[in-house]
Amino acid sequence: MAESHPQSLLDALRPRLAAVAELDAGALEAEQIAVLGRKSGALTALLRSLATLPPEERRAVGAAANELRQAFEAAFVARSDALVSDAATATVAQRDLTMPGRRRWVGAEHPVTKVVDEICEIFHGLGFNRAVGPEAETEWMNFGALNFPADHPAMDMHDTFYLDVGGDARPGDGKAVLLRTHTSPVQIRTMMEGPPPYRVVIPGVVYRKDPFDPSHAPVFAQIEGLAVDEGISFVDLKGTLLHFARQFFSTSTKVRFRPSFFPFTEPSAEMDVSCDLCGGSGCSACKGTGWMEILGCGMVHPKVLENCGVDAERYTGFAFGMGPQRIAMQRYGIPDIRLLYEGDMRFLDQMGRAR
Amino acid sequence: MNVSRRWLEAFLRRPLESADVASRLAALGATVDAIEELHPGLGQVVVAVVREVRPHPNADRLRLCDVDDGSGTAWNVVCGAPNVTAGSKYPFAPVGATLPGGLTLEKRKIRGEVSEGMLCSARELGLGQEHDGILELTTEAAPGTPFLEVFDLADERLVVDVTPNRPDLLGHKGVVRELAFSFGTTFRLPAVPGSDGPAMPTPVRAGAEATTGGVRVAIEDPIGCPRFLGAVMRGVRVGASPEWLRARVEAVGMRSINNIVDATNCVMFELNQPMHAYDVARLKGPAVIARRARAGERLTTLDGTDRALAPSMTVIADADGAIGVAGVMGGAHSEVSPETTDLFLECAYFEPQGVRAARRQLGLSSEASYRFERGVDLWNGPEVLRRAVEIIQATAGGTLDGEPVDLFPQVSHPPRIFLRPSRVAQVLGVEVAWDAIERYLVAIGATVVSKPEDGRIAVDVPGWRPDLVAEIDLVEEVARLHGYDDFPTELRPFRVGDLPNAPSEGIDAAIRRGLVAEGLYEVQTLPLGPEDGPESVRLLNPLSAEEGFMRTALLPSLVRQVEGNWAAHTRDVRLFELGTVFLRGEAGMPPREERRVAGVLTGAREPAHWSSAGKSPDVDHWDLRALFEAAAALAYPASMVQVEGGEWVACAPGGRIVGRARALEADAPPWAAAVVGFEILVDAIPRSTPAFVALPVNPAVTRDLSLLVPAGATAADLGEAIRSAGGRLLEAVVVLDEYRGSGVPAGHRGLAFRLRYRAPDRTLRDKEVDASVTKVLKVLRERHGIELRAS
Ligand SMILES: [Zn+2]
Repeated sequence: MAESHPQSLLDALRPRLAAVAELDAGALEAEQIAVLGRKSGALTALLRSLATLPPEERRAVGAAANELRQAFEAAFVARSDALVSDAATATVAQRDLTMPGRRRWVGAEHPVTKVVDEICEIFHGLGFNRAVGPEAETEWMNFGALNFPADHPAMDMHDTFYLDVGGDARPGDGKAVLLRTHTSPVQIRTMMEGPPPYRVVIPGVVYRKDPFDPSHAPVFAQIEGLAVDEGISFVDLKGTLLHFARQFFSTSTKVRFRPSFFPFTEPSAEMDVSCDLCGGSGCSACKGTGWMEILGCGMVHPKVLENCGVDAERYTGFAFGMGPQRIAMQRYGIPDIRLLYEGDMRFLDQMGRAR
Repeated sequence: MNVSRRWLEAFLRRPLESADVASRLAALGATVDAIEELHPGLGQVVVAVVREVRPHPNADRLRLCDVDDGSGTAWNVVCGAPNVTAGSKYPFAPVGATLPGGLTLEKRKIRGEVSEGMLCSARELGLGQEHDGILELTTEAAPGTPFLEVFDLADERLVVDVTPNRPDLLGHKGVVRELAFSFGTTFRLPAVPGSDGPAMPTPVRAGAEATTGGVRVAIEDPIGCPRFLGAVMRGVRVGASPEWLRARVEAVGMRSINNIVDATNCVMFELNQPMHAYDVARLKGPAVIARRARAGERLTTLDGTDRALAPSMTVIADADGAIGVAGVMGGAHSEVSPETTDLFLECAYFEPQGVRAARRQLGLSSEASYRFERGVDLWNGPEVLRRAVEIIQATAGGTLDGEPVDLFPQVSHPPRIFLRPSRVAQVLGVEVAWDAIERYLVAIGATVVSKPEDGRIAVDVPGWRPDLVAEIDLVEEVARLHGYDDFPTELRPFRVGDLPNAPSEGIDAAIRRGLVAEGLYEVQTLPLGPEDGPESVRLLNPLSAEEGFMRTALLPSLVRQVEGNWAAHTRDVRLFELGTVFLRGEAGMPPREERRVAGVLTGAREPAHWSSAGKSPDVDHWDLRALFEAAAALAYPASMVQVEGGEWVACAPGGRIVGRARALEADAPPWAAAVVGFEILVDAIPRSTPAFVALPVNPAVTRDLSLLVPAGATAADLGEAIRSAGGRLLEAVVVLDEYRGSGVPAGHRGLAFRLRYRAPDRTLRDKEVDASVTKVLKVLRERHGIELRAS
């Protein structure tokens, strides 16, 4: 064979081209190796041997050989495709449909992101737009402007991380820089921007110096809301939050408001919602009370309005704040808040499937 | 604040249910965190009669008793108490009962004799420290009667979560005031057993100095101590507290010490006024002075610790030196002891911020400091002192020596606040009737001075409510007592705000959606970590050294999360985080915050499938590059991904590097795949809207060029050369293949490009395309020295 003339070799190969269309899968693979195999393919060898031919002959045979190679390649691909689709149509009866399909990786947003978005969307429907602000703030923005009395036990409710930023500010002087303990400084930023009406929801990350344990994290999400205009009252606060609760939980959800204390609202309240799981009869999720604590709220303290240059006699408003982590934990039955920070693919996959 | 149900009952003179009390308090703003049953182990203890007492055959100190508990069986009980007497009644714990200490009684042999239960001492029942003998009962009750039925000891402790604005709720009287409103009833201070009623004369008002009972009393620091009342009692007998007093202090969780200390603690929990009793014999002078601490002054406090005092602290001193830190803790030296016969009683108001500062400086909290910090009643001293004297006289005897003194150098009064019913309606959304407003204000102890006049009323607030300083505070009281749930819940018409959604929120959402579509899971990690570079911002008060700094990058914590997944034997990990990093800013200013997004990939490129024999190749750099480009397009659309220093960077216009992608170091188990990741700045400017481009209607023509490329020439350079030489008909150039091996000279590689040509208005002719290809090849050959690969 090796001694045969290239032209006769080409002639010998040509009939085999037509036969490709009839080959079965095994024979096809064998023929591919026999003709085009990198090591011992007949056509490969022929192409390699072209270099030994005289120039004019090399050009003529070379062109023909290359043409034939392309023809074989196309024929092999076509036959291979045909065999696959034959298998698809001809062997439906034999195919095991219980075999698993071919999946792709999927991703998902964090469960807390989903809760935050859902809450913000509900308030968006009530005319609230999203506002955001920095996570490091001055003491004045985080406490003073929000009517926290200087060095008062009310501050003990907020265990605060302070930052070393140089300069001569010291904790307690208003200028010290801290990690915001709530998203409320964004209320101040919003109100400083221009005159009412304001209707904003403020999602964001906040910091409290709580050691990591099953129910506390030093960093967590918060959503605040603020509505300020003429004629906004406690009745609007209750109506708005009841509407939210019914949208977020269920249309039969009940709410109750208990007096509470926040320096930046007065009157202040905690809102409880009837327990989703037991419908109010008491279960372990609601510690037998039938109620779940869901958010803190109140009428914006006149001092806060004044601190922002808003006429507190003319304008009134309400504010509220809630913790999406806690809500996510209640909704999905997550027993340990740390799971929300661990990035465990198994957990994220489970949560990705949740509504 | 611990509250005793029985103590409340003593004020209100009516039986209470703890659960009902809790829900009433919650409705008024004081959450009850827990209801703890006191004496939980006494439920199984019964009254029993000892019918017969015999000596124990094997032990001199033990006796054998026949015990009748009304069940009809005479129980054999071995008893070690010397006072057991036939015919007497004792508390009896039968076999199976669990006592307050946790001991469960079993039938067992003591020195060879069977014992079927226990006759109990007071201590064994958790009713005191007496252990000398079993508790002899004087009762008519028949054997078998439950012990708690005969001795009404049952009580519950309500743990009330008191908000910092309500110091009045740190005393039972304040809690009672709320309940009295809730029940619509009245209350009065509980009677003191053994007392004929309060007998103390009104303290003599003085300025900064006075004498009572031979003790000089002075205020030298009127800022830290604006008011100080003192009384001297002589001839007291310090001893164990009577049952009722011990029960009160123990019910709120204090330890019973003696009748004097218990009396002051009782008053503190009743009226929210910490007091202190000194042994007059140990007071040098004798004098009691409220002054600033002197430089270098030291004090051994009641807990036995020697402490350095600072001149910023207010102290109580005698003629020699400090004997207590004002409002925080007393000194050990002047403490009341069993030998004490003469007392000096202190009832003072210490300024909250000063107490708070001293408490923090000393790292020393007490029931007293907790109350002073929140503000006690500046105007209630005389009532408190009278109450303390009454209890001490009833429990320890003694008489007042002289008239008590009341130092009040700068006399002041609780504030007067004006309230407009119109403001109530404006804030609360409904009109509240005038008489209802008045009723609520009276219920909290305020005095309504005038009827509405000029649309407002004058209200004198009570001294125990330091939180009431402005009109809005009274509006809240009206709402609170009216009942939050009694206001309408209406969605009334509103005006929407003018501010649009913050643009960054939309950008964040788009980035999240984009990366989720790439198959990544979002994570949220702590922005705290170890120091990481000179731009790290340090926390002044971190939780731990490992979390002592703000992060300057997201990737390190994502790598830790990958390692966490490996620890859980998860090999395929795809995570991203969208978060803030903090970089040192100007001195004294908040750090610079950057919004960043980062992602990591490791493990299989696709889920393994049986059609590939369960195999899937691992992700590599080329997966990373595509992901990085996708992320850059989302996070920083103006940036270009380029190669720099052996890694990919995203360059903003102007050349600033805003993102990087590379292989990452990780603490990987042997079976783990390589980890790659990226991090990029999020550009906050709003994204431009894509504009529609007419879709092509004419077919494209493609040509593949297989080039032999020498080292040093990059795909990007060649692609650019092809594009610029190809002319306007060349629509796209993509890299098809890279080949090294036989047929390719060393140091070279084969690169195949596919060129796609299209004319917008007609079908291309081969001739046009050929002309362009020829030009491309000419440029490649002449400018880049690159030829077609010989085939
Ligand atoms: Zn429930």
